[in-house]
Amino acid sequence: MVNFVWLAMVVFGIVVAGSNGNIEVVTKAAFDGANNAVKISISLIAIITFWLGIMKLAEEAGLVRALAWLVRPVMRFLFPSVPREHPAMGAIVMNLSANILGLGNAATPMGLIAMRELQTLNHSKDTASDAMCTFLALNTSCVTLIPTTIIGIRLLYGSSDPTDIVGPTIIATAFSMLVAIVVDRMLRLFYSGKRR
Amino acid sequence: MLFAFISELSRWAIPVILLVVPLVAVLRGVKVYETFVEGAEAGFATAVKTIPYLVAMMVAISIFRASGAMEVLVASLSPLLGFVGLPAEVLPHAIMRPLSGGAALGIASDIVKTYGPDSFLGRLVSTMQGSCDTTFYVLTLYFGSVGIRKYRYSVLLGLVADFTTLVASVFIVRTLF
Repeated sequence: MVNFVWLAMVVFGIVVAGSNGNIEVVTKAAFDGANNAVKISISLIAIITFWLGIMKLAEEAGLVRALAWLVRPVMRFLFPSVPREHPAMGAIVMNLSANILGLGNAATPMGLIAMRELQTLNHSKDTASDAMCTFLALNTSCVTLIPTTIIGIRLLYGSSDPTDIVGPTIIATAFSMLVAIVVDRMLRLFYSGKRR
Repeated sequence: MLFAFISELSRWAIPVILLVVPLVAVLRGVKVYETFVEGAEAGFATAVKTIPYLVAMMVAISIFRASGAMEVLVASLSPLLGFVGLPAEVLPHAIMRPLSGGAALGIASDIVKTYGPDSFLGRLVSTMQGSCDTTFYVLTLYFGSVGIRKYRYSVLLGLVADFTTLVASVFIVRTLF
């Protein structure tokens, strides 16, 4: 599906630009996109290096295992393929917590650490495992309790109560997380027949 | 009250981690400095590994945005999404949200500015912005960092979750306000 989405965006974009008579924007857009991507990756070096150091300390101190142990009932249900008290469990919990608290700079590195741990359990290294799919579904559907950016914008344009969207946001997020967990189970069953 | 509590928790979380982790490590006999450096060594490689994946995805998104293809897609999708009760004004946001966080935020602030933050559309787009994530960016970055090229059903799953958030936002904002 990612192949299709990717191709569709490129081909559709070029066709529309051509038929609108402004084909030249395509070249600029392509190089701008590439440039932004590299900038993002480079800016990740600092925070990833930092958090990898801290997480290694936490691991050696036994804290990641302790965290994995604390949350094991829920995690065993969500990630049946990951052994109990595996460091991946700790990293996943750290990532989701950082996400919920809106700590973007910590959430991404924790997430990448979780992926690295999950990759150690993965049988075919270029293909997403079940646990990775579940993790990413949780990660993208669980979002921050306090969306500070949009609250700032509401304040800027004179809202009488800029935070009154926090309640609806949490309910909508909770609902989509629930749906994500259920659909993930269904897709996992459906695709497990197709795999191997 | 709850709001203030969560804000305080966010402010304290990282400093507390930075205090507790090294202290516990030292008590358990870990050589803190050496271990930190050993772990941090992989940072550069991990970040750099994401470059090809992010370049591929962001080039496609950038072309899609700049060419005006998004407007065409919006025009063709509005009857379908009108069916679930989504107002046409927020459709560009709904389409951009999984693709580009920055672009979606731009659209959201534009709607908040035009219709007012306390209008139905203003609240709806604020809820949509807050409750959804940049699905494609997250998938690309996370899978890229470990060299995974075959995403299996995760794109479909991400889009289902995003669509659910969308429908839920419309329903909740309609009901609550």
